[in-house]
Amino acid sequence: MRRVLLIEDEANIAEALRFILSRDGWVVEVVADGALALDAVAHERPDLVILDLMLPGLSGLDILLALRADPGTRDLPVLMLTAKGQGRDREAAERAGVSAFMTKPFDNSEIRAKVRALLGA
Amino acid sequence: MPISALTGSRLRERRLVLGLRQADLAGRVGISASYLNLIEHNRRRISADLLGQLSVALGRPVEAFADTVGSAIVDDLRAAAARLPGAELDRVEDFAGRFPGWAATLTGLHQRVAGLERALEAMNDRMSHDPHLSASLHEVLSAVSSVRSTAVILADTEDIEPEWQARFLANLQADSKRLAVGAEALVRYLDSSGKELEQVLASPQEEVEVWLAANDWQPGDPAELASDAARQIAVDWTLRAGRDLLALPEPAFSHALAEHGPDPAALAQRFGADVLAVFRRIAASPGVEAGLVICDASGTLTFRKPIPGFALPRFGAACPLWPLFAALAHPMSPIETVIETAGPIPRRFVVRAFCQPRFPSGFRGPELREAAMLILAEPRGGGGDAMAVGSTCRICQRDNCPARREPSILSG
Repeated sequence: MRRVLLIEDEANIAEALRFILSRDGWVVEVVADGALALDAVAHERPDLVILDLMLPGLSGLDILLALRADPGTRDLPVLMLTAKGQGRDREAAERAGVSAFMTKPFDNSEIRAKVRALLGA
Repeated sequence: MPISALTGSRLRERRLVLGLRQADLAGRVGISASYLNLIEHNRRRISADLLGQLSVALGRPVEAFADTVGSAIVDDLRAAAARLPGAELDRVEDFAGRFPGWAATLTGLHQRVAGLERALEAMNDRMSHDPHLSASLHEVLSAVSSVRSTAVILADTEDIEPEWQARFLANLQADSKRLAVGAEALVRYLDSSGKELEQVLASPQEEVEVWLAANDWQPGDPAELASDAARQIAVDWTLRAGRDLLALPEPAFSHALAEHGPDPAALAQRFGADVLAVFRRIAASPGVEAGLVICDASGTLTFRKPIPGFALPRFGAACPLWPLFAALAHPMSPIETVIETAGPIPRRFVVRAFCQPRFPSGFRGPELREAAMLILAEPRGGGGDAMAVGSTCRICQRDNCPARREPSILSG
C-alpha cells in the first residue's frame, strides 16, 4: 500500500483530502503541525508528501528545504498545496525542489490525478 | 537679458521672414556665415553684444529673441528624460520652445506616470505586507477550499457511509459560517480601500503619525484618535515630547539650533540632553524640513516622519542599508553620512543616526535599544560620494544591490 503523508493544519481540508485519497487506495496519515512534520516523515516513510505552505511551527517551505537537504528524502515526491498562490511563493517552492504545486481552492479530481501521477500509478 | 538655447532658432526664423541670406546678415554684423549658421542651429551660445547687433540688423528688439523658456517645464522635461535615457538633453530648451504643447503633454504624462508609480508602490506595499489583508484572504481561501472539496465529496460519492456523510455535513456547515464571517470582514476591509489610500490607516502607529502630521508634528489631544491602541501610543509620545521640551526648552533650543545647525551631538552636549531627544526636537521644530525614523532593537520602525523625496515604507521592512541599522548595531556611536536614493531622479540627503541603549528593568533586565535617523535635505551643490540606499526592496529600482531581499516590482 502506498503511503501519503498529508501535512495540513486546516482540519476540514485534511479530512476531505484523507477521505478522497483513501478511497483511491492510498494510506493517508495527517500531521497538523509543521514542527512535527519531519519526525512524521522519518517515522511514516511515506511515498508522497502533500504539504501546506502556511503551517504553525515550521513553514512548508522550511520543511521542503529540510527534506531536500536529507539524502534519504531528497527524491521524495512533494506536492505543495497552498492558499498562497502568488508567483513568488511558487518560485520559492520550485527553487527548493518541489515536485508539483497546486493552489487552494483545488479540484478533487485534479488532486487525485496529481497524486496518481506523482506515485507513478 | 537671459539668452535661451532657442535664441538661434528665432534669429533664423526672423532672417528667413526678411528674405536675407546667412552671408548677408553675417556680413552686416561682422561674423562669418558659418558661425551664424552654428548660432542659428543653437550650436553656439551667442554673446549679448552680438545679439544686440543682430537684433538691430533684423529690426526687432532683443527681447524678441532672448526670452527664456520657463525653467519649470525644462526641469520637468529633464526629469521625464531621466526615465529612459536617449533624449537629446542638450536640446531640451529648443524642444520646449518649439513645441510647447507637446512639452506640456510629455511633462503631464511624466507626472501621471510618477503618480501611478506611487499608487502602485503603496498598493503593492499593502498587498504584500498588510497582515490583516493577508490573513483575511487566507481564511477565505481556506474556507472555500474546504467547502468546495467537501461539497463535491457529498455530491459525487453515492455510497458514502452515513457517519462520514454526517461528518462532512457538519464540516460544511462550520465552513459556511466561517466563510460568511471571513468574507464579511474582507468586504469591510476592501470597502474602506475605496477611500483615498492615505486615509486608510493600517495600524495604530500610522494613525498616530497621521494625527501628528495634521498637527504639524506637535502632539495634540490624544482623545481625537479613534483606536485605544493609537491613543495609548499618542499619550506616550505626548509625555515624551513634554520631557524633550523640558530638557531642550524654548526659546533657547531654537536659538541654539540656528547657531549650531541641526547637529544633534553638539546640541545634546550644550543642553546636557539625550541625543535622541535632540533628534525628536529637531524633527518637530517648525520650519525645519527634517525626516525622522525611529526603530527598536528588532529593526521595526516605530516612528516615521517623512521628508519629500525619501520614501518610507508603510508596511514591511526598510532598506537594510539605511545608516539607522548600522547605528543600531553600534550603540552610542554617531553616524553621519550622505545617502542617495534610487529612482529615475536620485535625491541626496544628509542623515545622522544614533542608537541609545536603556535598561528599564535595571541590571537584571534586558537591554533595550532604540535607534533614530534624522534625514535632512542635502544643501544644493553637494557633491562627493554618497551611500546608495532605497526605501524597501519591493519598490527599489537599484540593480545589483548586495542587500536585496526580493525582486523589485519596478525593475525592468
